[in-house]
Order: sequence, then structure tokens, then C-alpha cells
Amino acid sequence: MAIAPPPFFKAKPPAKPVEVVKERSMLLQKEMLAKQFHDLSAAKETGRKVVYTFVPGNLSELILAFDMLPVYPEINALQWGMRKKSGSMIRDAEKYGYSEDVCTYVKCDIGMFLNGNIGPTGEKLPPPDLLLLSYTGCFTFLKWFENLQKLYPGVPVAMLHTPYAADGKITGEMVTYMVKQLEEEVIPKMEMVSGKKFDREKLSQHLGYARDSEDWISKIFALTKQKPSPIDAYFAGVYYIGPINAGFRGAESAVEYYRQLYLEVAERAAHGKTPVTPEGDLEEERFRLVVEGPPNWTHFREFWKLFYDMGAVVVASSYTKVGGLFDEGFRHDPEKPFESLARYCMGCYTNISLPERINLLERFIKEYKADGFLINSIKSCNSFSAGQLLIMRELEQRLGIPVSFIESDLVDPRYFSYANIKNRLDSFFQMMEQRKRAGSHHSEGRGSLLLPIVESEAVA
Amino acid sequence: MDDRSSLDALISECERVAFDLQFARAKDWKHDPAASGRWIAGYLPIYIPREIIHAMGGLPVGIMGTGDRMQIIKGDAYYQSYICHLPRGVVELALAGAFDEFDVFLFPSICDVIRNLSGMFQIFRPSAYVKYLDLPQNFSPGVGGTFYRHDLENTMDGIRRHLGDTLKHVPRGEWVARLNYSIHLYNENRRRIERIVELRQEFPWRLSAVDWYHVLRAGLAMPVEEHNNILYELEGLLQEERGRKLDNIRVVVSGAFCEQPPVGLIKTIEMAGCYIVDDDFMLGSRWIEGDIPDDTDDPLGAIVTAYLDHSTFSASLYEAAPASGTKVERLAELVRKRKADGVIFASASFCDPALLDRPELQLGIERAEIRTIGVQYSEHTGQFKSIKEEVGAFSDSIKLWDSESGTHTWLPTVLEG
Ligand code: SF4
Ligand code: SF4
Repeated sequence: MAIAPPPFFKAKPPAKPVEVVKERSMLLQKEMLAKQFHDLSAAKETGRKVVYTFVPGNLSELILAFDMLPVYPEINALQWGMRKKSGSMIRDAEKYGYSEDVCTYVKCDIGMFLNGNIGPTGEKLPPPDLLLLSYTGCFTFLKWFENLQKLYPGVPVAMLHTPYAADGKITGEMVTYMVKQLEEEVIPKMEMVSGKKFDREKLSQHLGYARDSEDWISKIFALTKQKPSPIDAYFAGVYYIGPINAGFRGAESAVEYYRQLYLEVAERAAHGKTPVTPEGDLEEERFRLVVEGPPNWTHFREFWKLFYDMGAVVVASSYTKVGGLFDEGFRHDPEKPFESLARYCMGCYTNISLPERINLLERFIKEYKADGFLINSIKSCNSFSAGQLLIMRELEQRLGIPVSFIESDLVDPRYFSYANIKNRLDSFFQMMEQRKRAGSHHSEGRGSLLLPIVESEAVA
Repeated sequence: MDDRSSLDALISECERVAFDLQFARAKDWKHDPAASGRWIAGYLPIYIPREIIHAMGGLPVGIMGTGDRMQIIKGDAYYQSYICHLPRGVVELALAGAFDEFDVFLFPSICDVIRNLSGMFQIFRPSAYVKYLDLPQNFSPGVGGTFYRHDLENTMDGIRRHLGDTLKHVPRGEWVARLNYSIHLYNENRRRIERIVELRQEFPWRLSAVDWYHVLRAGLAMPVEEHNNILYELEGLLQEERGRKLDNIRVVVSGAFCEQPPVGLIKTIEMAGCYIVDDDFMLGSRWIEGDIPDDTDDPLGAIVTAYLDHSTFSASLYEAAPASGTKVERLAELVRKRKADGVIFASASFCDPALLDRPELQLGIERAEIRTIGVQYSEHTGQFKSIKEEVGAFSDSIKLWDSESGTHTWLPTVLEG
């Protein structure tokens, strides 16, 4: 049942679409991605080898050092989701035999394969020369590439098992295990496929660029500590993490992109500006949120609008840390190339233990002065989702702030229920508003919306 | 007592132990006044090297969920609807205090749900030693083997630190002898299990799949010595003809390695005209194929090598052109070895590892001209009408073909979709 919003809650009338002036960083990102897709479509002619791999714990610098081209199946899936085309691909994979219950990124990718492997830009993606299975933080990655192995028979697979940081620390033995795998499994396979000898100096050079990009991106996300926040660290954040996650982390172009982005965001911050939304600058920052979990891609704009219409800004999110926890201090180290790659893989957000995730989110809530904590729980993703209800209970108990829980999926449009999400968010914003009026973050009467949406409601 | 009643008594005792969600047998063992320094290590599916726990004086107890024996209330409040059922029951038990006397919890690396549950246990049971056992996916001795060995050593150190004075210091020589002896006992356990599986392959009517399931599952909650005795006794009892041979087809059930199928499902498969001649229900008890050497100076090394070289196949294990064949080849081989007519793929709903394996596995098995059918369940499912119909149709179609052709050949499936 919909709850009637109180007067302060009336959504503002739709703003006129605004001509968003493209910042230089946006143009740079566009150029980078366009070139990457162009290079991929020309790979056959140019003879460059293609590596399929995953975002968390990706080995971009190594791929660059071998002058190979990366394809990230998750990114293809999310882009198809944003273009509202993922639904039919998922159904095709289900017809092929994949259960309704499993990760929809995998099904979207298999569906794309079944439909001729046309990438989101409309160009056919080259088949992989190497499947680089760096499975960090998600067991499904392993199953995903086992399936691709069958679809691309004969393509070599380089497996990099990333130990899970279950005890909240990375031990020397874990590092050694990964370094040995790099030396004995990954690099020999990359040498074989690329036909090139491994060049340590080249790798170090790329690691140097990675470190610089990591410096810049950390500075960018730190600016959201300011009130008002100059950017939304989730909805806009997913665009900002694009280059660092999609193969450019060790490239010089990424350093320039992030430097430029920093200048733009810092300028916004210096002028006390609020985040840019698809409808122009946010009128007023009313609620500051920390969000756990990936966003929904099939209804991304609608989803975002539910927040900015209410003046809600995400000041920190865990999703933007899946490709690395750089603001926690990790940097790639050109002096210790393999060790730093190993430590990088093991330190990504979904590879850290549940208690550590809770501690990190607690720090975010405190340091970024959030008014509330929200979980967007993704049906597809056990890696993120299993245990999230405990995360919420713990944070609510520790901090006494309003918390809420919504559910959706990454790329399966059947699991986006606008009405359910809106109801839940309305109550959440209402709770924060009441709290604000009472003038305390930590007063009595803390509330939560603990119960997850029953799935049957979510499936339209 | 005649054989029939001793068999019945043995099985009902096993059923009681297998589904005693208070783990009384284990707790009695721990508090035996005649013994001291005993402790319990609960472990989640699928596999841990139980030999090590045994040699350290502990009792490994498998935590396999609650089946349909418990109403889940609190556990559901920790899991969204789209996560499998197993962890809900485990959380329910944890919050109800069923594990209060467990000293150690081991979570093998099989999927993200179990992985994250290890973190939840760090929060729920701060007074216990909670360890995520990162079984390697690299099978080279110097790489994955070394890492695994360290992980096992760290686990042992962690247990020692946690239990403190409960554990007596054991000089190295004695430790080697102890661990070898534990390996010997578990070798015996696996051998006896395999012998009964073979007996059932030949005479499946002598012991129903459900009864066998109870015997096997009981072994996860009692000392291995006792389970070995039960298996020995059972083997003797099964030498005698009993039961009635039915015109059933013979199937292998695959994909049920973690969240267990409800007993009603196993019964349903049999009632629908199938003898289950092999399965992966208690896969951890059968994980290592063959014996682990029990007379070496380095028994820990032997356990590591057994994992690297003699693990069975499973969705939780990376398939990297293994020497012993792909999962499809190994499953097809098992079907031939058991002279089965088909494979029933049965997996828990929302089980990513099992369900992501299924399409290619099913396709591969069908290409090997073995007939298949797929079902999904949840450990607390209570309705099997439609599964009974589907499995019945599957069994009838195989029987029909056999009687028409008069031969026993492998055919491509006609049951897809
Ligand atoms: S389960 Fe989650 S992390 Fe893994 S592939 Fe799917 S969406 Fe990605
Ligand atoms: S049933 Fe499957 S998804 Fe659930 S805990 Fe077991 S392996 Fe993981």
C-alpha cells in the first residue's frame, strides 16, 4: 500500500530537460572508450590479441604490458542493460537451459554469444584469444568462464585464484600463492597467446600510471566529504569508475582523464556546487546517503531520479570499490609489480570479509557524514547480497541511523519494481526528514525497513 | 533379533542421528566423563579433511542444513528470497543455540553464500574459532599445494590457539602416527561406503536410497569409528537377499552436493520408478577417490596431494583440463560404471554453482547418448507431485524404449524442454 507523502515530500515538478554542457573529462572518456571498441573491432586485421577478463581484481597493467585488448563481459552486460536490450538476451540463455535463478550477467553474456556476439556499440566483438580468469570476490566468475570455455573450445584459460581475505588480513602466504600463479600460470599463457616476451619494465611503467590514476580517483571521491557534495558518488560514480575499471587503469590516458576530472570536481566543490544530475544541477542537497550494492542498470535513469527528486545524494558507495579500495590507501607499486598486483586483487571490496565490509561502511557513514544507509540488494549477486541483511542490522545497531533495504537486479528488467522501490524509499526519506527535524543523528526512535521485498511482488 | 529387525533398527538409529538438529550424539561424545579434552568442529559442505580434526582430538560434524525438519523463522530474516535455503537453516540453528558447544567452525570455499556465512559466524559466534578454508583452485603441488598446506597449518594453529590447554602438546613423532591413524580410519570409511554403493549398484532393492542416505548422513554426526562399525554391519546385512526387485530404471543423481534434497524427493524419485545407484548427496564423505597413504612421514603432505590429485569432480572445483577428464567425461564414466540408464540433475534452487554447471553438463551428457532430466528443489520442499510425474515419464520412456528395442543402449534425450 502506498503511503501518502507528507507535504515536505512532494516531488518537485519535472524540470525541463537541460542541455548538459559536456565537461572535458566526459569527452576524454568518450574518446577513450570509442577507441577501445574500435581497436577491438579491428583486432582481427591488426592481429592484436583479445583477453576476456573480469573487473574485480583485473590485471589491466599486465594486459597493457602485452599490448593485448581487454573485453569485460560484465561491462558489456551492464551496457546492454542500460540500452534495455538485456532482457531478451537473458531469455535466450534461459531457453538454452540456464536457470532463472542464476546471475543475470552470465546469462546476458551467454545470450549475447547466442546472438552473434554483437557488443553494445553494435559492432561484433572478437572472440577471445585468452580467457583470463582472475576470479576475485565472486565464485560465479569461475562458473562463467567454465561456460565460456565450452562456447569457445580450444581457447586457453589462465586461472588466477585469489584467496579470500576472510580473516581481515592479507598474509605473506596468500601473496606468494598469487605471485607464483602469476609467474607460472598467467604470464606463460599471456606470452604464449601474445607471442611476446614478458617485459617487466613495461609492466612497471603501467603500474606507475595506475598508481597516479589511483591517487587522482581517491582525491575525487574524497571531495564528497564536503557539504554539499559536489558529485554523486554512486549514480555519477559509476561513470567515473569507468576508465579505471575498463582496462585503462595502467594507461597514461587514464591519468590525464582523472586529473582533468579532479580539476572539474574540485572546482565544483570550491564553488559549493551540488551534483550534476540528468536534469541539471541538484537544487539542494537534503539527504546524504551511503549505499551498499550495485545499481540497477535496466532502469538506471528512473532509479537515479527517485533519489535526486528528493535531494538525496550518495556520498559514498561500496559498488564503486569493486575495482579496488584505493581510498583506503592501496596503490599499485612499480617497484613490486607482482606483489602489488596480488595485493590489489585480494583487496577489492567483494574479496574482503563481511565484518570488514561492515567496518568499512561504518567508516564511510561517519567520515562522509551520511544521514542514512541504504542497501540495493541485487538478486543476481550472491557475492554482494548474501549477508546484507546482517550488514544492515549491525550498522543500524552501531550507529542508530535510518537504514533501508531495496531489491532489484542488475540487468534483468523483470526484477525492477518501480512502485515497491519508491514506497520503500519514500518511507526512508521520511524517516531521515523526521530525524533531521528532531535535530539529531543518534536520538531515540531509530527506524529501519528491514524486511526485504517479497520476490513475487518484485516480479511484475 | 533377526536380520530384518537389526537392519531396521540400524537404519532408524542412523535416521535419528542424521537429523538430530541438536547434535546430541556429538555433544555426548564431547562430554563423555571417561574422556577429556574433546572438542567439536562443525563444517559446512562440501569437503574438509576430517582426518586432521580427528587426529587433533576433535569430532568433525557436518552442518548440512535443516532439511524439512525445522520451521525457519529467524534464519529467513537474514536472507533475501533469492538465496538458497541452506544458510537460513544454519543461521536458525546458530541463533537457537544448537551450536553453542561447538568450538570450531570450518567453511570450505565452495560459493559466495558459504563464504559470506563464514563472516556472519564471526559475528554470531565470536567465542568460537571460525575459519574459511580456502581450498586451492590451482592444482600444481608447488603452487596450490603449498598454499593449501599453509592454510591447513594455519587452521591447525588457529585451533590450537583457540583451544589452548584443551589440546595436549604432542611431539612430532606421535603426531605423525596419530594423523596416519586418522587417515587409515577415514580410508576405511570411504572404502566401506564404496562397497555398499557397489552392492546397491547390483542389488538396489536391498537397501532403499532413502535408507542409504540416512546411513551416510549419520556418519557426519558421529565418530568415524562408530560409523565404520555401522557400515561394516550394514554390509553384512546386505549380503542376504531382501526387498523385492522392481522393474525400475537405474539413475545417477547429480548436482545435490551442498543443500541436500529433501528426503521426500529421494523417495519420490524411487517411487517414480528409479533406482538411484549413485549420487553426490554426501559428497564430502566421498570427496577423495581411493585411499590416502597412511604410512608416510608426512601425512599432511599426503592429505594435500590427495586433494590435488584425487578429488572427485564437483561444481565447486575448477575444471582445468584435468588429467582425469572433464566433468562431462567423469559423469558419463560414472553412469557407465554404475550401468545407469540416465542422469537426474537435481540441484537446490538459487544454487549458482550447480545451476551454472547444468546446461553444459546436461548437453555433454546427452551428447554421450545418456538420457537426462533436470529438477530443482529446496531442502524444505514438501510437494513432489509434478516431480513425480516428470520422473515417472522419464522412467517410462526409458523402459518403453528398452522393451521396444530389446537392448540397453544409450539414446539421445527425447525429454528436453
Ligand atoms: S555474482 Fe555478482 S560479482 Fe559475480 S558475476 Fe554475478 S553480478 Fe558479478
Ligand atoms: S546450495 Fe549452492 S549456493 Fe547454496 S550454499 Fe550450497 S553451494 Fe552455495
